[in-house]
Amino acid sequence: MLSKRIIPCLDVRDGRLTKGIKFKENIDIGDPVEAARTYYEQGADEIVFYDITASSEGRAIMLDVVKRVAETIFIPFSVGGGIKTLEEMRQVILAGAEKISLNSWAVKNPEIISEGARAFGNQCIVLGMDVREAPVTRQIPSGYEIVINGGRTPTALDALWWAQEGERLGAGEICLNSIDADGTQNGYELTLTEMISTHVGIPVIASGGAGTPDHLLDVLTKGRADAALIASMVHYQRYTISEIKGFLSEHSVKVRGLW
Amino acid sequence: MIGIVDYKAGNLTSVARALAFLNEPCVVTDDCKILDRASHIIFPGVGAAGTAMANLREKGLDDHLRLWVQNNKPVLGICLGSQVIFDSSEEDDTACLGIVPGVVKRFPPDVRGEDGPLKIPHMGWNSVDFPRRHPVFADISRDAEFYFVHSYYTAPDDESVVAGWTDYGMRFCSAVARGSLVAVQFHLEKSGRPGLTLLTNFCRWRGDYAE
Repeated sequence: MLSKRIIPCLDVRDGRLTKGIKFKENIDIGDPVEAARTYYEQGADEIVFYDITASSEGRAIMLDVVKRVAETIFIPFSVGGGIKTLEEMRQVILAGAEKISLNSWAVKNPEIISEGARAFGNQCIVLGMDVREAPVTRQIPSGYEIVINGGRTPTALDALWWAQEGERLGAGEICLNSIDADGTQNGYELTLTEMISTHVGIPVIASGGAGTPDHLLDVLTKGRADAALIASMVHYQRYTISEIKGFLSEHSVKVRGLW
Repeated sequence: MIGIVDYKAGNLTSVARALAFLNEPCVVTDDCKILDRASHIIFPGVGAAGTAMANLREKGLDDHLRLWVQNNKPVLGICLGSQVIFDSSEEDDTACLGIVPGVVKRFPPDVRGEDGPLKIPHMGWNSVDFPRRHPVFADISRDAEFYFVHSYYTAPDDESVVAGWTDYGMRFCSAVARGSLVAVQFHLEKSGRPGLTLLTNFCRWRGDYAE
């Protein structure tokens, strides 16, 4: 059977990690390529790079990062943040990324999902969704609303509707980030994750709120997520990916070992 | 020199990068003359079967692929490359290369696992049971997993060509070996260490194989 995937997320600005990453050996790493290699060796199943650079110079640097990552690690990885055109997607894919994550731009221009899926295949297109809880209204029947621009701008779009619409348009996967849980380290938003995951036919990566291996266990079982995104719990040497996988494995969640 | 067949089917650079990492010289080309001189052929691919077959025919690569296998040149098909070696594919109802008898089918929509319905595509890491002692599949731990992304699977007429089985709500053929041809549904170039071991095995293989 398919293993549940554990996916570290690295935020990059101008080719450097936005916050240094501290590993057990107490070494600070600012280079995304080094960090990616360390997680690869610890057993990460995939890696997500989120480029928060706005400038075109920054984008060129990111392409170089993608190339260097692709030369040294041999697992799939995705790149998101600010990608708007097919040409930009093509450059990132040719540089070696498997997947492109589309977020705010896809809300404003949904057709980019279909265009990307047609050009590069559905498996290439990850729909990134930032979601927060909202009062249930006729417009937001699920009680969860899509927000964009890093969670600052509400859209009045229902999260469940958008997930299904994204699948219909050709997204191959959904990365579902709860703005409410993000940064709390109190656990993933299980209700939201379970609702989205059981109402779409494509894999769902849960994101936001991971603080302990228990949180991953919950979201991969009760939350029915196919994969779990993690950040600070591994970036600040509280856990290694192998420790997290060991814990999940003890609790009968199938994860990939390192062989 | 390893020849990678370029038939405009997705991103071929990841296989070339993995070979570079293993210090195996390679060339990515659609030129049959250059590929004729290669010691080994890798036939990767992501995308749809219909477009892939059209591109292969346009360049005459279809005939050459059959010829290379006939002449015992080691050939490795990956993902879409492991599908179009069969007679036909349900994807776009496509007539394929016919090198291995059998068909390519779509996963049924009602495929179920222990916890309920399974998602299609089959995307992520899964294990492969290698039932045969084949040089390309040697030195792989029983617990090794490989990275898959696909909605169609291969169904050979003759199960004796199956070199790998994988379970996704149903048991399907995830690797094939016949003569100098091996083919894998998973992306060995994105499957970490066991994937690189397999790739190394292929590069060292002379195309001979006895059960």
